[in-house]
Amino acid sequence: MAAKAKDKMRPGKAAASAAAVVLTLIWVFPVYWMLSSSLLPNTVLTATTPTFFPAGGSLNNFAAVLSSGTFFAALGTSLAVTLIAVFFCLLFAFCAALAISRYHFKGRTSFVLAVLFIQMLPAEGLFIAQYKLLSSAGLLNNVLGLSVLYVAAVIPFTVWMLRGFVAGVPADLEEAAMVDGCSRTGAFFRITFPLLAPGLVASGVYAFLQAWNEFTIALVIMQSEASRTLPLWLRTFIQASATRETDWGQVMAASTLVAVPVIIFFLLVQGRMTSGLVAGAVKG
Amino acid sequence: MKRIQITPYALLTPAIVVLLAALAYPVGWQFWTSLTKYGLKQQFGQPPEFVGAENYAAVFTNPEIWGVIGRSVAFCLVNAVVTVLIGMGLALLMNAAAKAARLALQVAMLLAWAMPVVAAMTVWLWLFNWHHGVINWLLTQAGVDMTGHNWLEDPLSFYFVATVIVVWMSVPFVAFSIFAGLTQVAPEILEAAEVDGATGWQRFRTIIIPMIRPVLMIVLLLQVIWDLRVFTQIQMLQDAGADYTSTNLLGTFIYRTGVGAGDFGMAAAMSVFVLVLTMLLSAPYVRSLMKEEN
Repeated sequence: MAAKAKDKMRPGKAAASAAAVVLTLIWVFPVYWMLSSSLLPNTVLTATTPTFFPAGGSLNNFAAVLSSGTFFAALGTSLAVTLIAVFFCLLFAFCAALAISRYHFKGRTSFVLAVLFIQMLPAEGLFIAQYKLLSSAGLLNNVLGLSVLYVAAVIPFTVWMLRGFVAGVPADLEEAAMVDGCSRTGAFFRITFPLLAPGLVASGVYAFLQAWNEFTIALVIMQSEASRTLPLWLRTFIQASATRETDWGQVMAASTLVAVPVIIFFLLVQGRMTSGLVAGAVKG
Repeated sequence: MKRIQITPYALLTPAIVVLLAALAYPVGWQFWTSLTKYGLKQQFGQPPEFVGAENYAAVFTNPEIWGVIGRSVAFCLVNAVVTVLIGMGLALLMNAAAKAARLALQVAMLLAWAMPVVAAMTVWLWLFNWHHGVINWLLTQAGVDMTGHNWLEDPLSFYFVATVIVVWMSVPFVAFSIFAGLTQVAPEILEAAEVDGATGWQRFRTIIIPMIRPVLMIVLLLQVIWDLRVFTQIQMLQDAGADYTSTNLLGTFIYRTGVGAGDFGMAAAMSVFVLVLTMLLSAPYVRSLMKEEN
């Protein structure tokens, strides 16, 4: 609501602001605690009184985590899986989005309906069968095997997201270019494609985040130590914590390494993702 | 301009092929396997034996599985309702607070939302750690002696921790969605009602709620669907040393039955149950998106 001329701080507004600040602190605290703990040595972290400000902290935990070698192996696997998944997901989803937003054809509604339903399928209801599928194809613990599952998992929402972007570029623009002598393909690549670039970037980042953070399917498919993705690598720290004393400083440094790039990417696309999920409901 | 349209089908083919291979085929396999006896013997080459609905009968007469289903449904409903209530509260706060406070809250929400789930889990396990966790320390300072309290030992307290984590992660999406809905409520209407003497509560109940009802329903539904399939959080809390027979929910139960114990017939029957349940729950959501599409 726009500020009115005589909008003095009403008591209601002040109370709401105070409550908002308190809730901000509560919600931020875990993220802050991760960063703060990652800078402190284990002796400080396991002292009787917690240290709330990491004054005199160091990057030793990061050095220890990075020098163990397992991080880079997991990073390599995650990068390979994610890049393959994002590339094919974007390519296939873009084609499909073009089809459903630029053409009217028989079966179009059924396809859209199927996409929306598939998007809701829970990995937890499928991973047993996907495990058997890849195991019979000899693709367990295999980057390619996991990537294929990720492409399929992310395509539906990506199609839905891209469809919105493609529909946002009026077909008239293309037709105008064609009247001016462009071929259909030429018009598409010179007019429509550049206008779609932001949509492709947003969808690509979305697909990236999904594949990069995925835990459930990876847990089932990548069981060998050598083929761990980053989330599985991070989990091993917690598994160890059940049985022996954990170096929480290193665990938090490891979490920070996994989380920070994700947070940055996420902030780039957040707005578009939200509107895609509840578009129908918000516009009513 | 009427042409024979091959292009759209050609454009759809790659996506459809991947979806068929990686999703439709497994779903079909799963349905078939759920009708067979598929245990360790079959793992070593024996053909699965067709047993009809036997797995389903076994699933639905097994008290342990009813326990898992009951806990999953309860967990999912409690989490969904708590998430939506808190999310709505935060959305209203964003709407009512001064600009700086709203911005701070939105940044905090975005950070929590952006945290990868596994990283968030390690942080929460550290916060709730029984020896050195800051939560036990803060509670002890506040007068409740929690020194050395193990939160994961008792199933109820295990689920409490899981709920705190799931709600913390899920609230931002709900809050932003409802906030987007709130911005559609015209301030003139609220002012008019205020001039006519409507109290804050009356304005909330008779103007705001009806206007954001569609968003509320959708986020509640999505939350129910997402919380029913909760896996990573439960799995990682169990990794940290909780007893899993008393804390399994649907996802972890299927994982342990199938990949862990090799009983694929039973695991497949449970998976089919989860899929069917999800599809039924998703129907209203899909309908609302189709409304947007047409």
